[in-house]
Amino acid sequence: MSEDAAAPARPPSARGSRIHWGGRGSAILGALLLVALGFALVAQLRQNSAQGLSALRQSDLVRILDDVGGRRDRLAAEASDLQAQQRALAGGATGSQAAIHAGPAPLGGLGRVGGTAAATGPGTEVFVTDPQSAVRSAQVLDLVQELRDAGAEAIQIGSVRVVASTWFADAAGGVSVDGTILRPPYTVLAIGDSQTMATALEIPGGVVASLPDRAAATVAAREQVEVTALHAVRAPRYARPATTARPSPS
Amino acid sequence: MIPALGLVAGIVLGLLLQPAVPVWAQPYLPIAVVAALDAVFGAVRALLDGIFDDKVFVVSFLSNVFVAAFIVYLGDQLGVGSQLSTGVVVVLGIRIFSNAAAIRRHLFRA
Repeated sequence: MSEDAAAPARPPSARGSRIHWGGRGSAILGALLLVALGFALVAQLRQNSAQGLSALRQSDLVRILDDVGGRRDRLAAEASDLQAQQRALAGGATGSQAAIHAGPAPLGGLGRVGGTAAATGPGTEVFVTDPQSAVRSAQVLDLVQELRDAGAEAIQIGSVRVVASTWFADAAGGVSVDGTILRPPYTVLAIGDSQTMATALEIPGGVVASLPDRAAATVAAREQVEVTALHAVRAPRYARPATTARPSPS
Repeated sequence: MIPALGLVAGIVLGLLLQPAVPVWAQPYLPIAVVAALDAVFGAVRALLDGIFDDKVFVVSFLSNVFVAAFIVYLGDQLGVGSQLSTGVVVVLGIRIFSNAAAIRRHLFRA
């Protein structure tokens, strides 16, 4: 084959000794062959672009059919994968919906802790008399902290619900709690284990004992304490729910 | 120079005449064309090597074409025509590539 053309191995003496090719004749013959090659090339190109399946061999047709079948199988597998994925995603979406619908129950619990829902239950009522307004905000804060440490679940001072962000400040003639100025006497309601809270408050050297001389506190256990003051929650300006959108706890 | 003109003339002729390939030749013509291309590439390589010979080219061209077509014909008779034509195309393709690589080394020294 063309290795002969690339590297003729026969010696020059043998070449041309058997059959004499005219040097010019074989050149013309080669040119004619190339004419035929160009002609056949174009013919085949035209034929190939024109012909459809009808010109193919039976075995080629079977192979094409096989290819199509395999391709169809792969596409079907891919389609079923995608459908499973779609079902999984849809299931996840309904799961989120279910979580949103199931939300109010846990949200109620959170509301009691966060101060957005009224709470009732056994607890303690602390009544602080302070006719000369000697009680400072620090002592009120101590009282609240002591109640928290004793396990109070909901605390209300006067008409103000005490939550995590509640702050205390001294005010003229009273104490400012979350911006609301309360005047004595103060009534502190706390829901929780009344025994524990009473013990915590009345411990020697504790909150009640360290009140100013002119102030006095009475701690009374109650079967039923109603913490009805609510903490107004502002819509967060920056924080956004990290996962799915849920209704604001308010 | 003359062979290149012949190739161009054949292409022009084919474009002008718009021939239809006869049905009996349809399985063999593509293989024959690939085999002829192999011969042409080998000839160009031999030309660049300085060992080109008209006679060798004519013989290799014809034998290439006939052997390739005969192999495919034989395969068709044996029932393995498509596989055998694939094999022939692969072999000829490898040869064309190696010849093209030799030509490239001659032309670009790389």
